[in-house]
Amino acid sequence: MRFVLRRAAFYLFTAWAAITINFFVPRLLPGDPVTALMGRMQGRIDSNAEESLRVLFGLDQDMSLWDQYVHYWQMLLHGDLGLSFTHFPTPVADIVTQALPWTVGLVGIATVIAFLLGTAVGTGIGWRRGTWADSLLPITTFFSAVPYFWLGLIAIAVFAVNLGWFPSNGSYDRGMVPSLSWEFVGSVIYYGTLPALTIVVSSISGWILGMRNMMVTVSSEDYVTVAHAKGLPARAVVVGYAARNAILPQVSSFALALGFVVGGTLVMEMVFSYQGIGYTLYQAVSTHDYPLMQACFLVITLSVLVANLVADLAYAALDPRTRQEG
Amino acid sequence: MSEPVLEIRDLHVDYGFGDDPTHVLRGVDLTLHRGEVLGLAGESGCGKSTLAYAATRLLPPPGLITGGEVWLTDRDGRRSDVLGLTDAQLRAARWRDVAIVFQGAMSSLNPVFRIGRQLTDGIRAHRPGLSPRDLEARAAELLEMVGISADRLRAYPHQLSGGMRQRVMIAMALALEPQVLLMDEPTTALDVVMQRQILEQIMELRDRLGFSVVLITHDVSLLVEVADRIAIMYAGEIVEEATAQEVYRRPRHPYSSGLLGSFPPLHGPRRELSGIPGAPPDLQRLGAGCPFAPRCPHAMDVCRQVRPVLGPPSTGEDRRVACHLHDADLVGAGASSGLPPELAR
Repeated sequence: MRFVLRRAAFYLFTAWAAITINFFVPRLLPGDPVTALMGRMQGRIDSNAEESLRVLFGLDQDMSLWDQYVHYWQMLLHGDLGLSFTHFPTPVADIVTQALPWTVGLVGIATVIAFLLGTAVGTGIGWRRGTWADSLLPITTFFSAVPYFWLGLIAIAVFAVNLGWFPSNGSYDRGMVPSLSWEFVGSVIYYGTLPALTIVVSSISGWILGMRNMMVTVSSEDYVTVAHAKGLPARAVVVGYAARNAILPQVSSFALALGFVVGGTLVMEMVFSYQGIGYTLYQAVSTHDYPLMQACFLVITLSVLVANLVADLAYAALDPRTRQEG
Repeated sequence: MSEPVLEIRDLHVDYGFGDDPTHVLRGVDLTLHRGEVLGLAGESGCGKSTLAYAATRLLPPPGLITGGEVWLTDRDGRRSDVLGLTDAQLRAARWRDVAIVFQGAMSSLNPVFRIGRQLTDGIRAHRPGLSPRDLEARAAELLEMVGISADRLRAYPHQLSGGMRQRVMIAMALALEPQVLLMDEPTTALDVVMQRQILEQIMELRDRLGFSVVLITHDVSLLVEVADRIAIMYAGEIVEEATAQEVYRRPRHPYSSGLLGSFPPLHGPRRELSGIPGAPPDLQRLGAGCPFAPRCPHAMDVCRQVRPVLGPPSTGEDRRVACHLHDADLVGAGASSGLPPELAR
């Protein structure tokens, strides 16, 4: 328990540092949002409105950086991330909470599937190395070596355009109203299958390769030989002795991969026009929507932190040596 | 002499597949009798550990058993050839009839399981009927037997010292009261005080439980003290086999004599340490003759042409040696000018 508390304290500190940096970096950027907005509207906003925009964005009050920082924290703790420029006047928090579940759901599930499948296959290949199963490796490596956007486009061209098995973009049937009905959930799964498949196919090789190599390393450990010598059933040796130890590095990469679920899906969401956080970030960047950008970065940072915390805890649960007792 | 529990007959092991494998064991014959401690000594790379792995079919690739028999007598007196067992029979025989203690005290225990679980999973695999409480009680009993308090059952391997881990391994090996205990350099990773304690413990347990031990080591001085019989290995074959006292006082093979000359005597007058000149042979390039001939101070012409056979020496003693110096025909025919003094005691 002490271990958990100590880790939690460490992560709280890291979160504070990340949020602080997140606060200061946009303020170090040259220019200000009003000028950017005026410039983007290219004269469609009356220059007399500039002053009212400044008031609206809260730029009229001549606050010191410190006061702004304190204010930012107050707003943050109330869940208020400000208003979006592009989707004016929608609160940024609303946009993020709308986009986040899609990314977490789709990419999260795809990552979990890739991890489970890859680790299982890697265990098999690593245990029986030198058989036909080894030829699986180059194939999966090929798919992960292919640039993801290209793989996505090919998948769309083949399965959506030519074969017509899956829709080419979007996250659910536009004719439907989002609800918790079977129909709607079915539609979400149907629309999500192709993007999820491409993610699994392109990322599974890492899991297979990592697990296979660890299995090969661990299989030559003395304690695996001892397990054989004890006359344990083959299954117990593979699962309890070899795979149980080989999976440890996999678990930490898995937690990190979960952290990148939120941040690393930009390309997938662009290729499939999927309405997740990556797509939102892309829009925010291309329209200089500072509050939205800041919120996206915040969410990404926090998710990486949470994933790290989960990795720490999972590792401690799986490997007694990392538990610091007493 | 009592009945044999482990008989190794003409065992051959190659490393490497393909056309040109390295012959690591070249026809090893060895018999272990009930209740006996058999020491197996030789320099690094002579095949001592390979013999232990091969006899239990634990040899990792590219090791390959290419011939021979390993007869194991189980508790009920049934003899079976380990090399001919099916996978299921082999699994059943392992640990129940023959248990192994490996040299890596540090790495022989699974780091992520508690000691208790590792002690019991082997028992459970062989006696599925036992209740968790019985298993726990047996594990506690085993730990106490090697002098570790039973509350250590809940410890992880990294919480134990090297000596304790090796004790745990010994307790684990005795869990099913095997007939044969193979110990592959069980004390190399430990300091000398711990070495002695552990060996004394093994000998005491042997007296109490009556198992037989094959003790593999390169430390001949240790064997002289604890072993009943000693077999000396060189280049994948046994070159001399006799009782510990015989080997120590009257080595017959020049290699045994060299080995004994390379450590200081514990008793008696001080003598010059001699060592053995040259380097261990390349097993891929062994000639037709005796593998020790290039390093042997007494090598004759015949040694470079004919491989000596392990058999009783010309003196007619009840021991075996593979050396032309002791060949009755050659000695009788006057081919050599008598035995060198250190081999004729």
